[in-house]
Amino acid sequence: MANETIYFDYAATTPLDADVLQAMLPYFNESYGNPSSVHRAGQRADAAVEQSRLTVSNLLNAQPNEITFTSGATESNNLAIRGLAHRRKVETGANRLVTTPVEHPSVLETCRQLEAQDGFTLDLIPVDADGRVQLDQLGKYLTEDTAMVSVVYANNEIGSINPIQAIGAACRAQGIPFHTDAAQAANHLNLNVEELNVDLMTLGAHKFYGPKGIGALYHHLPGIMIIGQTGGRQEYGTRAGTQNVPSIVGFARSFQLARDSLPEMTPRIAALRDGIIDSTLDNVADVRLTGHREHRLANHASFAFKHVDGNQLLAALDIEGFACSSGSACKTGNPEPSPILVALGFTPEWTLGGLRVTLGRGSTSEHVDQFNQTLPGVIDRLRSVHSLVA
Amino acid sequence: MIKPTRVAIAMSGGVDSSVAAALLKAAGHEVFGLMLRLWNPSPTIQNRCCSPADLALAQQVATTLDIPFYTLDAKGLFKATVVDPFIEGYTNGVTPNPCLNCNRKVRWGFLLDRALAMGASHMATGHYARLETQGNRFYLLRAKDRMKDQSYILSVLHQEQLAHALFPLGELQKSEVRQLASEYELPVADRGESQDLCFLGGMDYRTFLETQQANLPPPGPIIDSVGNRLGTHQGLASYTIGQRKGIRISAQEPYYVMQKDHLNNHLIVGRRAELGRKEFWVEECNWIAGIPPQAETQATAKVRYKSAEIMSTLFPETNQRLRVQLHQSLPDITPGQAAVFYQEEYCLGGGIIST
Repeated sequence: MANETIYFDYAATTPLDADVLQAMLPYFNESYGNPSSVHRAGQRADAAVEQSRLTVSNLLNAQPNEITFTSGATESNNLAIRGLAHRRKVETGANRLVTTPVEHPSVLETCRQLEAQDGFTLDLIPVDADGRVQLDQLGKYLTEDTAMVSVVYANNEIGSINPIQAIGAACRAQGIPFHTDAAQAANHLNLNVEELNVDLMTLGAHKFYGPKGIGALYHHLPGIMIIGQTGGRQEYGTRAGTQNVPSIVGFARSFQLARDSLPEMTPRIAALRDGIIDSTLDNVADVRLTGHREHRLANHASFAFKHVDGNQLLAALDIEGFACSSGSACKTGNPEPSPILVALGFTPEWTLGGLRVTLGRGSTSEHVDQFNQTLPGVIDRLRSVHSLVA
Repeated sequence: MIKPTRVAIAMSGGVDSSVAAALLKAAGHEVFGLMLRLWNPSPTIQNRCCSPADLALAQQVATTLDIPFYTLDAKGLFKATVVDPFIEGYTNGVTPNPCLNCNRKVRWGFLLDRALAMGASHMATGHYARLETQGNRFYLLRAKDRMKDQSYILSVLHQEQLAHALFPLGELQKSEVRQLASEYELPVADRGESQDLCFLGGMDYRTFLETQQANLPPPGPIIDSVGNRLGTHQGLASYTIGQRKGIRISAQEPYYVMQKDHLNNHLIVGRRAELGRKEFWVEECNWIAGIPPQAETQATAKVRYKSAEIMSTLFPETNQRLRVQLHQSLPDITPGQAAVFYQEEYCLGGGIIST
């Protein structure tokens, strides 16, 4: 058993950047004021929050009052979809929610609950075999009944990138608000909301070396959402509750550092990723790359292995010293088929066998070599499981 | 103990498997924990062995010991190979021991297979039993702690399974295990003993069978050994051989359940003096050494998990079937239960009591 685990699960979460931690620390016990307070302690905290909001809005090419800090990407998705759906229904009577079958559960389950409990109908735009929205199918989902469209920017499980800009343009032409979950994309892709034709965008800091428990929602139109969490007038009235000042500071700092390092990081990480994809496809039988070969996140390799239980594969790789994932960070031990792989048309002998290998700042070519040397043997062993009993 | 290697420990969140894990780790093995998620009767009634609280405890133990820990789902397999045959046994008028099937097919089948697939050379459990190797043969021995000995339910194991088995608690007394749990500061040191079947969810087995809508034998006549009808029974599943209470026949001298005649749906009862027999048949035999006794053999026999051992003579008929002649009669020889045979410290194997 390896003593040092090689971490290949950067899509699940990332380590907190040391500089970010330093930036956060004063706001725990030195500048601990409540940003809503009148006195100077409150003013210092408020200044930190507003400076952070400005940083984030600049990086998105947005305005500060278009940024709401939340408890994470899940809350951002909930706030966006619930708030938007209800506002649109009240104002226009539109009750049709449009999304895709390859969304994160915080989008899909939210839409399903609105369908089950609040009188909305839910339509899923078909995706192709790589999990990307079929643009030629989009038009018929954009009707006057459509309350909103939500499409994931880059899928967490298979890494495929959607043509957000084109989808946004089509929605905008019909006056339909467009939300994208950019939680996975934030560390890799263009986030210029003007260029992307995006009305709402979800972000979470722990995907880009920031702290857990802090996210943001960009929302273009004033008053576009009905507010879910009521109370005080924090966040320009979009989210009640005393702000998590240290984490907001951490969000902005980590976001800035991540975006600054993008040009240097992306080619290096993509080369390592290609090393894993090429080796796995060459050296393992009955394996398929899941997601698009080109239009995929630079750090993201994902596979389906025929006749392999993904949970056991993850445990076996962990024992060998590699921390990987099957898609979402879930460890119930239940061998349930991946809904994403099902949606992509994989047959049952493939849908349990998902593997996601995601790279990050700490990844090296030595890590990749070790992984490539280990994986084929582990797959062989798992496939050789035979029953000792008659 | 074998030389350090990679060992999977089957964990339950209980004292025994936790201490077994600690001992393996202390002996220098590379240890990882596995826990099965088993079937439970309903979403609200948990399996005693793998409730969320048990999972959390096992995870805590693994973290305390700094070993990796994984759960494996065996709900469907457990239902099909353990629970269904249990229910089916009662519908067929026998009294099954589901722990035997669980050990044979789930723990030492499914789980061992997966442990080996994960690169383990061995799988350990917190069972109280000992192993001995002679050449390339593996022998199962009683635990040092006779009160805790679990060789009875391990008597179903084959050589291929024993070749990969470790029982770290076999040389220890339960009191020593508890002591070790507190020395290793495991968060399970004061957990109680588990007794009932894990999947009953705290229910009496009769209630459980009702909740499962088992197709149980209906009420029928209670008769004595010469055929007199004495009353009406509640259904054969509600009775066990040797039982005295609950027969509900008013008589000066108590009646005992002697036999369940499934064919005629008769509950046959008798006086204490009529109770007990010396001879019975055993089927589906498993022999630890891989070979059955070749001729008439003297051994002790255990007809229930917790019953006393009785001197007996075994008359093998085939590899799978034998006749047992006890040297003294027993009141509770129960079809469906296992008869397990011993010579000195060695468990020879056993089978299922048929008649």
